[in-house]
Amino acid sequence: MMRYRKGDNERSSLFTRRALLLGGAQVALMSALVGRLYQLQVLETQRFATLAEENRVNLRLLPPPRGLIFDRIGQPLAVNRNNFRAVATSDRGRGAELLLDRLDQILNLGEAEKQRLLRELRRSRNAQPVVVRENLGWEEVARLEFNAPDLPGMFIDLGQTRDYPEGQLMSHIIGYTGRVSDEDLNGRDDPLLSLPTMRFGKKGMERALEDDLRGRAGAVQVEVNAVGRVVRELDRNEGQAGDNALLTIDLELQRFAADRLAEHQSGSVVVMDVVTGDVIVMMSTPGFDPNMFARGITQGEWRDLLEAPERPLHNKSIAGVYPPGSTYKMVTALAALESKAIEPWTVLPCPGFLMLGDIKFHCWLAGGHGGLNVQGAISNSCDCFFYEAARRAGVDKIAETAAKLGFGHSSELGLPGESGGNLPTRGWKQEKYNIPWQQGDTFNLGIGQGYMTATPLQLAIMTSRIANGGYAVQPNLLLAKAAPRDELSPPPTRETPAAPSLRFSPQFINLVRQGMNDVVNAGGTAAQLRIDAHGKLVEPQYRFAGKTGTAQVKRITERERAMGITQASLPWHLRHHALFVCFGPVDTPRYACAVIVEHGQAGGATAGPIGRDMLLETMKRDPSRHTDRFKKMASL
Amino acid sequence: MSLGSLSLSTPAPVGFGEKIWRINWGLVLVLSAIAAVGVLALYSAAGGRLEPWAGRHAMRYGMALGLCLIVALIHPKVWRWLAWPIYGASMLLLVAVDVIGKIGMGAQRWLVLGPIQIQPSEIAKVAVILVLARYYHGLTREQAERFVYTLPPLVIILAPVGLVMVQPDLGTAMMVLLGGAALLFVAGVRLWMFLGAVVAAIGCLPFAWSFMHEYQRKRVLTFLDPDRDPLGAGYHITQSKIAIGSGGLFGKGFLKGTQSALNFLPEKQTDFIFTTFVEEWGMVGALVLLALFTLVLLWGFSIALRSQHHFGRLVALGVTSMMFLYVFINTSMVMGLLPVVGVPLPLVSNGGTAMVSVMFACGLLIGVNVYRDAQLPLAR
Repeated sequence: MMRYRKGDNERSSLFTRRALLLGGAQVALMSALVGRLYQLQVLETQRFATLAEENRVNLRLLPPPRGLIFDRIGQPLAVNRNNFRAVATSDRGRGAELLLDRLDQILNLGEAEKQRLLRELRRSRNAQPVVVRENLGWEEVARLEFNAPDLPGMFIDLGQTRDYPEGQLMSHIIGYTGRVSDEDLNGRDDPLLSLPTMRFGKKGMERALEDDLRGRAGAVQVEVNAVGRVVRELDRNEGQAGDNALLTIDLELQRFAADRLAEHQSGSVVVMDVVTGDVIVMMSTPGFDPNMFARGITQGEWRDLLEAPERPLHNKSIAGVYPPGSTYKMVTALAALESKAIEPWTVLPCPGFLMLGDIKFHCWLAGGHGGLNVQGAISNSCDCFFYEAARRAGVDKIAETAAKLGFGHSSELGLPGESGGNLPTRGWKQEKYNIPWQQGDTFNLGIGQGYMTATPLQLAIMTSRIANGGYAVQPNLLLAKAAPRDELSPPPTRETPAAPSLRFSPQFINLVRQGMNDVVNAGGTAAQLRIDAHGKLVEPQYRFAGKTGTAQVKRITERERAMGITQASLPWHLRHHALFVCFGPVDTPRYACAVIVEHGQAGGATAGPIGRDMLLETMKRDPSRHTDRFKKMASL
Repeated sequence: MSLGSLSLSTPAPVGFGEKIWRINWGLVLVLSAIAAVGVLALYSAAGGRLEPWAGRHAMRYGMALGLCLIVALIHPKVWRWLAWPIYGASMLLLVAVDVIGKIGMGAQRWLVLGPIQIQPSEIAKVAVILVLARYYHGLTREQAERFVYTLPPLVIILAPVGLVMVQPDLGTAMMVLLGGAALLFVAGVRLWMFLGAVVAAIGCLPFAWSFMHEYQRKRVLTFLDPDRDPLGAGYHITQSKIAIGSGGLFGKGFLKGTQSALNFLPEKQTDFIFTTFVEEWGMVGALVLLALFTLVLLWGFSIALRSQHHFGRLVALGVTSMMFLYVFINTSMVMGLLPVVGVPLPLVSNGGTAMVSVMFACGLLIGVNVYRDAQLPLAR
């Protein structure tokens, strides 16, 4: 027995002492754990609860559907199309690279795109998703979904992309949308604009109506897991879709204009309602396909658009400036009549040219018109008459009248990029060239050449204001707009202008209109356009008045003329622009039209037929009065 | 020395019924309660499903409990006799793991033997306890206090520590080291030697730092300042603290833990199971669980103090200290008091090897009580 017990008491008592010490230490350390629990779970529990909630709950903005755009009878011009896109959320740094590598295998992102996405992912705030690829096809969606377990942080999102069913036809008016730029943010604090998927109007009505079309952000509270995948939805607030808009454009007439312009390289047609100012047609050719921008334009496509000599991105109707040429003669006539520089019966001689000092100012008719009064001068577009009328009226009076008719300033139609053309005055020339105004400048201004430039829209405005008897109608592209749940319908039509009078004498306005009537209907410069020409009188109610014009691009000198150089032999970009303005019906004017064919050589021959056909088509369709064609939104 | 000669010297054999009666059934109940907490937490970690963890955990516990009771009924003299063979086998396995780890890829901690994976470091923990207990059982108090007699235990402890460090498994190495130190302490090693060891350890720190793996350094740095890299290495600690803290006093409720369900918690079924449990059951649940573990510790100390033989005392205390180290290192780690070193919470964390080794150790502990008055020869 003692063999086992020998010395055991001694070591047993030491063991007991030390074991108790050790046990005490262990219990003390366990208490320290309790202290830590108390600190975490009682003292700081509020803070940690908040952090856990922040982990769990993610507030995401819901982009509202963008407002739709229709033509005046409710045909869709800009709509939204469902778009499956792959989006990724930032995966706490390192994961992002791996995720993009895997996505690259499925979607062929390419190195540059991967780097860009990586930067965006690192920058993205509050785990806002970043778009990896838009407009996914079914096959791509299927492959991504199949591989979803290996793609933490990636999910397929149903978004909307803008779709422009009419493509080129409406490109300049509707414009397009693009990613929000810093410039776009200027003065806007809409949180929507910080969404990477958000698109912002860049051109055309998309830009002009941006704040109406955008709508109000909705928000969704979602529970997310550690890699940002949505587990469930906690709360949802749908926001509000953008307003829908009706434009004044008549799609069928716009298409007609495009067809008629198609035979020329480049040109513009504007049709206005002279009573309401509604812009019914605004065509500029060539255009571009705005859907290229919606799906993402490539660099090559963009370069082609920028470098084409016809400038397809340029809306010539409002941004192209041309010397108005003879279409300006109505302005000179009105200015001269109003200032009593001439009387309606005043006959001015036309020997074929006028001398100013030793400079010879030619009339287009080499032999001269003999002598004409103002009505005849408009009808025959006599240059000599208007040199003299301009000299008598003076530059100041002409500029004043031109400004009343819409020249020299932007019409504030609302479309971005609208030009006001140039209306030269004494002060302008002094400031610009530091040379005083010369008599010769007045001569040139009298026939719409020289420093004078205008846009096709301005020509349409001038024609409208003459046609409606001197009322300051403003062009207008927006017929109506309404929130999506409200009814969207065009306003009732008007028969008399609501615009203020320009205070022209009705007698003089009538005289000018008479001159324009004679241009077409009494053997004037556009007699070939008369609708009942060749003895076939059809529909006298569509008779119209007009005025031809040719805008000089390159002056053909005496020497060149002697060498046999004619307009037709010049290269395209040096030929004259062909212009034509007209209104109809001649007795009760309702529509005005301005046509310009770039480098089309002669107004009457090139632009005239387009103007006549356009105006006839418009008068027959009579879009201003036929609201019954309007299609209810519900049927869309 | 042979088994036969030993059994002859046992003076008063205890009957089988008495042995069963001497099993600490209360302790078994407490252990089962802890395992039940594990089943509950794992059920929740799997999103309210028995698969893939909770069901297997319960089954494993059942089998491990059987093993525990069998171990408890085996006479301590057998364990004393088996101490060195077990230690030797565990060292061989540790070497094998290191070699395979070198040949294979990266950190490897287990060996695959047919259908089962074994983690030799878990066997080593128990083996060190058995060998040290056997060693000091044969020493007098005077011998135990002498420095020369402390050298063999140092080798016994440091050999597996070194092999485990190489794997690398900092957590287990720490456990073996501290568990061994606790045994040396109660065995009577002089206090100045411990002080000397601490001083030497501090002196070696810069040296150890240079030998550490990059990820281990990162863990230590992150522990010292979790905000250093809140989305990288500090993420685990931060998210675990958020989960525990947001649990509050009464927890978020069973199956309602957001941090674990939404995968903000890493390793929620293994090293961070305490967090998973506490997020849902709050401080109340945490206190109950810690109280259960404290009961195990108290039981262990009482068994150690009542043992009539030194081998039993040391085994009981070794097992108890091992249990304590498991619980303390794991919970401190998930609460941000210690670096993340990868130590499971015994009987709660998912994982077979730790469960078997812990229940084996508990079997030894209960065995000490069953054979508390057995007489073991002092021969070395």
